Amino acid sequence: MDLRLTNQEPTEAERAAVDSVLGPPDSAWVGGDRGDDGHAAHGGHAARAQRHLLLPVLHALQGRVGWISQAGLGYACRRLTVPPAEAYGVASFYALFALEPRAPVVAHVCTDIACMCSGSGELVAALERTIGPSGERPSNGSAIWLESPCLGLCEQAPAVLVTRAGETPGDHSISNATAADVSAALAGTSQQRTGTVAPQTEDGGDGLRLLHRVGTVDPGSLDSYRSAGGYEALRTAFDIGPAGVIREVTDSKLLGRGGAAFPTGRKWDAVGRNPSMPHYIVCNADESEPGTFKDRVVIESDPFALIEALTVAGFATAAEHGYIYLRGEYPLAWSRLEHAIEQCRSRGLLGDDVMGRGFRFDIELRKGAGAYICGEETALFNSIEGYRGEPRSKPPFPVDKGLFAKPTVVNNVESLLNVLGILHDGGAAFSRIGTEQSTGTRLFCLAGCVQRPGLYEAPFGVTLREVLDMAGGVRDGNDLKAVLLGGAAGGFVGPDMLDLELSFEATRAAGATLGSGVVLVFDQTVDLVPILLRIAAFFRDESCGQCVPCRVGTVRQQEALLRLAADRPRGSVADETALLAEIAQAMRDASICGLGQTAANAIDSAINSLRVFEPQGA
Amino acid sequence: MFGAGGGTSSYREVEETDLIFLWGSNARETHPIFFHRVLKAVNNGARLFVVDPRRTGSAQWADTWLGLDVGSDVALSNAMARVIIHAGLHNREFIDRATTGFEEYAASVEPYTLERAELDTGIPADAIRESALAYARADRAMICWTLGITEHHNAVDNVFALINLALLTGHVGRYGSGLNPLRGQNNVQGGGDMGAIPNKLPGFQDVASNHEARARYEAAWNTTIQPKYGWHLTQMFEAMERGELRSLYVVGENPAQSEADAAHTLHLLESLDHLVVQDIFLTRTAELADVVLPASVSWCEAEGTVTNSERRVQRVRKALDPPGQARDDIEIVVEIARRMGHEWSYGGPEDVWTELRSLSPMHRGMTYPRLAELGGIQWPCWDEQHPGEQFLHARLWDEPKASGDPAPFNIVNNVAPVDELSDEFPIRLTTGRRLDSYNTGVQSGGYSSPLRRGESLDLSPEDAARLAVADGERVRVSSRRGSVEAPVRIDSSLRPGLAFMTLHFPDEVETNILTIDATDPKSGTAEFKASAIRVDKLDAAAAEQQTAAGANVAAR
Repeated sequence: MDLRLTNQEPTEAERAAVDSVLGPPDSAWVGGDRGDDGHAAHGGHAARAQRHLLLPVLHALQGRVGWISQAGLGYACRRLTVPPAEAYGVASFYALFALEPRAPVVAHVCTDIACMCSGSGELVAALERTIGPSGERPSNGSAIWLESPCLGLCEQAPAVLVTRAGETPGDHSISNATAADVSAALAGTSQQRTGTVAPQTEDGGDGLRLLHRVGTVDPGSLDSYRSAGGYEALRTAFDIGPAGVIREVTDSKLLGRGGAAFPTGRKWDAVGRNPSMPHYIVCNADESEPGTFKDRVVIESDPFALIEALTVAGFATAAEHGYIYLRGEYPLAWSRLEHAIEQCRSRGLLGDDVMGRGFRFDIELRKGAGAYICGEETALFNSIEGYRGEPRSKPPFPVDKGLFAKPTVVNNVESLLNVLGILHDGGAAFSRIGTEQSTGTRLFCLAGCVQRPGLYEAPFGVTLREVLDMAGGVRDGNDLKAVLLGGAAGGFVGPDMLDLELSFEATRAAGATLGSGVVLVFDQTVDLVPILLRIAAFFRDESCGQCVPCRVGTVRQQEALLRLAADRPRGSVADETALLAEIAQAMRDASICGLGQTAANAIDSAINSLRVFEPQGA
Repeated sequence: MFGAGGGTSSYREVEETDLIFLWGSNARETHPIFFHRVLKAVNNGARLFVVDPRRTGSAQWADTWLGLDVGSDVALSNAMARVIIHAGLHNREFIDRATTGFEEYAASVEPYTLERAELDTGIPADAIRESALAYARADRAMICWTLGITEHHNAVDNVFALINLALLTGHVGRYGSGLNPLRGQNNVQGGGDMGAIPNKLPGFQDVASNHEARARYEAAWNTTIQPKYGWHLTQMFEAMERGELRSLYVVGENPAQSEADAAHTLHLLESLDHLVVQDIFLTRTAELADVVLPASVSWCEAEGTVTNSERRVQRVRKALDPPGQARDDIEIVVEIARRMGHEWSYGGPEDVWTELRSLSPMHRGMTYPRLAELGGIQWPCWDEQHPGEQFLHARLWDEPKASGDPAPFNIVNNVAPVDELSDEFPIRLTTGRRLDSYNTGVQSGGYSSPLRRGESLDLSPEDAARLAVADGERVRVSSRRGSVEAPVRIDSSLRPGLAFMTLHFPDEVETNILTIDATDPKSGTAEFKASAIRVDKLDAAAAEQQTAAGANVAAR
């Protein structure tokens, strides 16, 4: 590789951070001590094959030092034979990485739509008053606070993520955060404070298929998981063989829960049959859709279930290597999953001979770094491989050329979890739950202005009204104004839609989407215009910028909304809404990936269904 | 090799081989287009081994870089051979079928143990062993080399050492396996093919021993050709020194700056009775000439052919008229012949080519229309139905016995560079090229390049620290032959004790003042790659002088 490196020397801490991922350098030529008499060096394919460790290396630098310096990046480049310009492109892609000197402690304060309904505005105002403006280091402190997009703690809003760099990094989340909490965080005295909120489990949890272990098993104990029925599904899988597993999953008519609703059985079958080897199985846990927190709750409280489900998927599709790509804002889920994987390895449930059945399978855990787009499956592949998380053009589809250009199954956390129940009850029994086309149960993320926010499970076909009732209805007995279904990439529905049946087919027919299961509730006290502005700002920030319709469209969309919100439309309000519709269509038609294609959906629905910008009473 | 002076393989095979040894070549910078082929191979999964004292741009792409001490190539290759033989990985069947001298060769490499090789080359034994095994086990493997092999006093031995490895493993004469010297210019191969070497007639026909060929040329040219070899460049300079060679006709060369021990070379050129230089630029050599014949640029102002490193003869076409009084090379030569009383009648380059085809069997099938139609043809091309040979020496694999002469192993031994390191001259200087420049800069100096930074003495960070010199500081560089001043550039791709300079900017720094004219007795190439030097801080020297002057004053 032609590397043009500066001669800047990394600090000891930076060197240690990189070496913690890559091991010590094997010669002076790749950054080792120049004291050796260097007459040979190894690199080439072996070094370039480590490119996928770039993101973990960047995490290590950020976590150790609090920011990524040129010298630190240069050392990483030398070790991985990645050109510095390319590595900079990767590092600068992710919001959680700082490329300028930054305080080691940062409080990321969520200002996204769910938290907006629960006082993030007041929290920010209090912080500005008591601590100072966002991003500014107080004169006496080694910490700053920053505004952040959705942190996935919507049911415990407002949320704060504290990142603390150092020899022992201490990232943690704080739910129901107050200004005092943030002050404590900046002073270095805060710690993890979140609850797991799945109210149905507190009511006995009858009939729950996906959440039945939440709150009842010890997430740190494999034995606890096993005594609650864990690893029975994998046993069944070994009994019926890969073809049997795929048959059951196909018979169950399980559709992917990530948003695209693709039949999981077909996906597995395509990869299982693909002659190109090796196969990969990737669990997409980069849950970043504003208002979504289901993966977090499940992983935090039932991590072994995900590991077992992924192992079953690997067995069914002849994959020996699984990846879980978890979003970087979930420190508790990360540590629980990390611990669970270690436990499974030590008990022979991952490794060269899983359960003594001669099946080799292991899981690599990967951490996102604050990029919504990495939830797009091909962007996620690029992110794992150590490139910028930009989506790829499809075809080729992941089942043909996915991770490392090999046949890859990529499944959402919730999709995988369903497999355990399918193997327990049989695919046919599963297919009788829910509706004709939407089988099984669905996880709904209830947040915003509801009485009991949290994660709920219900069979497909349940109505929106029933789901709201499960959560105790609108908060404080207020009137419902609107529900954002499916997250920022979904759409708003009004109170007139409460009897909407929540299934893939019914929502599609109604022009709505279930998306990631977001049911974000707004009562009559909430002004939707700031919510729309936040959504527009979110998409503008999160567009990867690769394709023009999305890169430009998300900006133009935000500008038009800002003009409307300021009551200074260019031309008439109708002119602006027509412009927005045109931008929306261009993004929908011409964007490479789902981000651009859906970036206008919520705004479009708010304008056209809720008539947000029409004079009151008109 | 084996009687044919060209690389055995085609570029396409480079892309499709499994393992490439770049030996004494920084192709990344010096053969950038060829290196793209190497990169394609690497992308296809081929493993790359680079043998070079410096950790060059090429070495940085390598799976394994073997950073041998300058001039220890034979020690490395013989040790590799011993590893291969001891592992039983030598291709016994091929050796029996196609070679001679194996037993003697095997005995000769026996003393080259890994321990000894580690001492001779500096390379860790493990790396040598692994590289040898990888080469022997590869299904297809190539060795490509350049001046790091040939600019040594034992150049031919170095080449033999590499050929031995290929014979030992059968990595020659098959698709994707071969031995390839990379040519420095687009038509170095063509120059040799056309007889611009002292021992061959055009088409690699030996002028002394091939009586049939000589007779053919004598008949065609209506003259007598003496059955003896001429002088190569080094022998010419020796003859000048003896006073035997008094007149010199130089075409497209700049020996005043390109030869080792430049001061001595200049003196010899100046003492000639008559010097004629034919070139496209007024080179330093041309400045010394009695007559300068301005020539046309072969790749844009002339018609003809060139032959590249894969032996592919290609047409070049004229795009521009040469400026001023510059004339086509053929025209100049024909005109000189006419003044000497010979009326040569060539209608143009194609006539010359047609004559060549009638005299050189390996070019016979290459008509101009065919060269155009096929996008060039690789020699040999025996007749107008022949497509040309993608790779050479397939005959070695003929059943049950190689047809033609078997390929001999040549016993070679490691001999250290002539210019020995000593306390007085403790640093090994090696020379080479950089991406943006070419040789003495005649062809590249006229163009600007963002990469160009002029001449420097490149030193390892350790040596720079030991000498207490800073990046950019001018220093005095001295060898046993002379000394020059040059700015220091600290280069972390050099290890302690190794320095690097180029020959690109003789007007800034005359590097060849330092180099040694110890030459290979067979090829006549000088050992540009290994000089012993000393580096002195300028201000210290100046200070010393001043001190001495002060002492003188005091003594008065």
